[in-house]
Amino acid sequence: MHKTLNALMAGLSLATLCTGALAGNGKLLLTGGVSSIDGAAGGGLTPWALTGSYAAPGEWGGTAFVTAAKTRDYGLRVAGAALAWDERLEFSIARQRFDTRQNLAPLGLGGLQLEQDILGAKWRLAGDAVLDADRWMPQIALGALHRRARSGAFAPTLFGPLGARRSDTELYLAATKLWLQHSLLTNLTLRATRANQNGLLGFGGAQDRRWRLQPELSVALLLAPQLAVGVEVRAKPNALNRSVLGTGALAEDDWFDAFLAFAPNKQLSFTAAAVDLGRIAPALQPRRQRGAYLSVQLSF
Amino acid sequence: MRLLLISLLVALSTNAQADDSLYRAWGEKPGIRAVMDDFVARLPLHERIGRRFKMTDANHLASQLTEQLCELAGGPCKYEGPDMASAHEGMELTKADFNALVEVLQAAMQARGIAFGDQNRMLAKLAPMHREMLGR
Repeated sequence: MHKTLNALMAGLSLATLCTGALAGNGKLLLTGGVSSIDGAAGGGLTPWALTGSYAAPGEWGGTAFVTAAKTRDYGLRVAGAALAWDERLEFSIARQRFDTRQNLAPLGLGGLQLEQDILGAKWRLAGDAVLDADRWMPQIALGALHRRARSGAFAPTLFGPLGARRSDTELYLAATKLWLQHSLLTNLTLRATRANQNGLLGFGGAQDRRWRLQPELSVALLLAPQLAVGVEVRAKPNALNRSVLGTGALAEDDWFDAFLAFAPNKQLSFTAAAVDLGRIAPALQPRRQRGAYLSVQLSF
Repeated sequence: MRLLLISLLVALSTNAQADDSLYRAWGEKPGIRAVMDDFVARLPLHERIGRRFKMTDANHLASQLTEQLCELAGGPCKYEGPDMASAHEGMELTKADFNALVEVLQAAMQARGIAFGDQNRMLAKLAPMHREMLGR
C-alpha cells in the first residue's frame, strides 16, 4: 500500500514536470468537493460526480487528506490521496483503519483493528455541475472502487464460516447539480455493492452474495464562498444479517451525517460532521454508533 | 374551484410582470454600477487574466456591464452592446479564465456588500454565458 502511495506521489511529481500545468487553480472554491472516506471526491460518506482538486480543463491537480471519526464505542481513521486531470478523470487511493477497541473481547478479539485499502477511478461522462445554471442536466460520473479488507485475527471467521469475500470492486453512478440561484447543491449516487460495513467486514456472506443497488443522497447549502453545510444519507446492504453467528448478530444500518465544510483557500479545507453509523456488530455492542467526524484536505 | 382559478390567474399575471427583485436587491442601477466599477478595477490585477485587461477602457467596460447586468436582473435597462460570442471573438478564453472572472466578480460583490444569495442569483444568470464566451 505504501508502495502504491509512493508510486502515486511519484506520478504526481512527474505530471508536474511534464505538463507544467499542475497546481491548477482554475476551478471555483469547494467545487472539487471534499475527500470521502473512500478517497474519491464527494461528500464525507459518498462519492460525487465532481472531480477532486482545482484542476480545470487541461490541468492536473491533486488532493491528500486525513479523516478521523469517533463514535461511542469505535474509532475510524482514514488517509488517502487523489489525482485529477482535466475535470474528467480522477484516481484515488485510501486506507481505512477501524479500531474495534474492546468490543470484540468476548470473541477473544480485544483490540482488533479492521483495515481496508481502496483504489478508485472516476470518469466524468457528461454535464457541468456548476456553470450550466440554466439547465436541469447534472454532472454525471461513473466510478469504480476496488476494495481489499484486511481483518487481522477475525479473518479466519469472516472469510471462513461467515462466507464473506476478501476483496471486491464496486461500481457507482453519481449525478451532482449545483442549483446556483438557490445556493444549493444536490447529489445522488447509485452504488452497486455487496460491501459489509463499507467493506471493513468483507463483501457478501454465506447466505447472501447478491449485488445491491444502493442510493446515497447529499444536499448542501452554500452559506458563503468558503462555507457549506449539508446532510447525507447512505443506504447499505445487510448481507451478514443472517449468519452462523445468528440472525441480526452482524446486522448493519444505513449511515447518516450532517456536515460543515470550510475552505479558507484553495490549498486547504476542513470538514466537521456529526455521524450516525447505526449498529455495528449488535450482538456484542447493540448501541447506535453516533459520533463526530473531522477531515482535513490539502489541494495542490 | 372558482377560487383556484382566480388564484391561478393572479399567479400567472404576477409572473408575466418582470421580476425585478434581484435588480432591487443589488441597489438598482447605482448599486450595480458600483460593483462593476470595483470589478473592472480588479481585473488588471488578477494573476491569470490580468494581462488581458491592461489596455481596457475601464469606464466603457463598466458601463456596458452595468447595462447588461441591469437587464439580466430584471431592471429597466436594455443592453445594446455586442453579443457575448462576438465580444469575445479571438480571445480564446478557457474555462479556467472564465472561473477567474467569476472569482474577481465574487470579490467585487463581497466588497460592495451584496448578500451571498443575491450574488449567486446573479451568477446563475451569468454562468451559462460560458457557452458563448469560451474557445472563440
